[in-house]
Amino acid sequence: MTVSVGMTRRRPSRLLTWIAEHTLLVTIGVLTIAPIVFVISTSLMSSRQALTATLVPNPVDFSSYIRVFTELPLGQWFGNAALYAVLATVFMLVSSVPAAYALAQIRFRGANLIFTAIIVAMLLPPQVTAVPVYVMWSQLHLTGTLWPLILPNLLGDAFSIFLLRQFFLTIPKEYGDAARLDSTGEWGVLTRVVVPMARPGIASAAIFLFFHSWNDYYGPLLYTSENPAAWPVSYGLATFRGQHGTDWSMTMAMTVVIMIPVVVIFFFAQKAFVEGIALTGVKG
Amino acid sequence: MSTATLAAGATATATPSASRRQRTSPDARRRRVALVMLAPALLGLAIFFVYPLIASIFYSFTRYNQLQDPEFVGLLNYRYLFTQDPQIAAAVTNTLWFVVILVPVRIVFALLVAGLLARARAASGFWRTLFYLPALVPPVASVVAFVFLFNPGTGPVNQILRAVGIPGPLWFNDPNWSKPSLVILGVWVMGDMMIIFLAALLEVPRDLYEAASLDGASGIQQVRHITLPTISPVIGFSVVTGVIAALQYFTEAAVASGVASGKATVGGGTGSGLGYPGTSLLTYTQLLYTRGFTSFQFGYASAMAVVLFVITAVLLVLTMRRISIFRAEES
Repeated sequence: MTVSVGMTRRRPSRLLTWIAEHTLLVTIGVLTIAPIVFVISTSLMSSRQALTATLVPNPVDFSSYIRVFTELPLGQWFGNAALYAVLATVFMLVSSVPAAYALAQIRFRGANLIFTAIIVAMLLPPQVTAVPVYVMWSQLHLTGTLWPLILPNLLGDAFSIFLLRQFFLTIPKEYGDAARLDSTGEWGVLTRVVVPMARPGIASAAIFLFFHSWNDYYGPLLYTSENPAAWPVSYGLATFRGQHGTDWSMTMAMTVVIMIPVVVIFFFAQKAFVEGIALTGVKG
Repeated sequence: MSTATLAAGATATATPSASRRQRTSPDARRRRVALVMLAPALLGLAIFFVYPLIASIFYSFTRYNQLQDPEFVGLLNYRYLFTQDPQIAAAVTNTLWFVVILVPVRIVFALLVAGLLARARAASGFWRTLFYLPALVPPVASVVAFVFLFNPGTGPVNQILRAVGIPGPLWFNDPNWSKPSLVILGVWVMGDMMIIFLAALLEVPRDLYEAASLDGASGIQQVRHITLPTISPVIGFSVVTGVIAALQYFTEAAVASGVASGKATVGGGTGSGLGYPGTSLLTYTQLLYTRGFTSFQFGYASAMAVVLFVITAVLLVLTMRRISIFRAEES
């Protein structure tokens, strides 16, 4: 790190501070990573060893990873979660990118009111509207499926619109104005000027919604709890314990498997993602 | 989508035939395009926000179970909620506990770690990624993992405590420890908050600190008089969103009860592990869900929803103007 380069030239108190800070960093780091290490090590134990008070797998046993796929409909649950997360994300982008652009880049009367409504919708607990929305979907005979969680994204997602607007605000209006002088319409400015410049922002909004859908527990509980064939993997994991007693090894294997797609996506898109988190709370 | 493409074509090619547009002012034209772009979102707000809100208020004055039409009962649901529901006291107490304890503890820890990263100039790269990692774990997976880590018999935490001679508590199986256990989980997954604080800390102008140390201000004085006042809007934002999230605390508590008891909780019918251990993890939204979707008391669940709405709305009205990020005007 850059700190260590100049360290030798500094006074001893600086060195002590450096040691204290890094001791603390390492301690917190160990406490942060330990739960993940224990989860992985338990997933590599045999089911019987996982019931004993040991911390290290002996011998290393991959059978739990095979059993979660053969004894549970994990493939199907993964498929459901992927369908939910991918469609929700695509639908959100189609509906929310133009909405966020209009709020951030077009000056028009009523924009403030609409923005405030979106903020309120974003912050209100979903439980507040749960009963009438549930009744609506059951009249459409779509309860028992994931569609009540996917389709609303076609009509905009409040948090995504908020986040995208924050990104679009960082693009100076002058770029759009220059294009408008060349008689480019607003849709042209959106697709040819703003979208190309805001790619990291759009990527981060997409990842947020993808993760949100992939991790969702409340939505699938509300709409699919009666129909295991429609469960996404997060909900499956939460309910699986009841049927399989205390098989910690299998439970931990499933915990690892469900994390893999999220971690992989994170490492590919880390920069955009971290910028997105910072932007939800800081700028604007 | 087809309207979108049509509109794009119409505005992009300024053909002479579009004489109607020449009569409208540029302001009105901009407004029309903006409203077209916002049309799906406005429809969404109407269908999934305005209508259900009004309908919830209506249902809250009725007895309704979806099999029969709603039957008007006046304030009966509210009277039952405030004076009779045997589980409401536990649900409200537990929820307030999370608001008062979980929210500040998480914010303080996230601030401390962000401050450490900013000071040690480790704001990017390895350390930030490491401390952020737990926030990536799907909430259900992190709860399941924690119930395992803290399980009294074979869990690694109690194994380690036993090795150093401390008898570990029953954690998720003890009504006195179940909520603190979820606070530990909440601290572990504080990565989102930490990154927001870190970004704010890095935006504090460097020369403020330099001027202060020239004036002989100590490190603690600098934190008190420079750092905290500068990032206080960001902390305020975290408090408001944190309190709103704690008021609807659901997934972590429901999954912890379910996994620790080995029984179904919300949506689980009779003899379920709702709130297990005891009623220590029964939160307001879990009770709302159970009343609404396990016993299908839609009217009563709607009354609970309206009360939750009023509390959240009051909180928002009191704080929203003070939080710059929620203001519509650009800064």
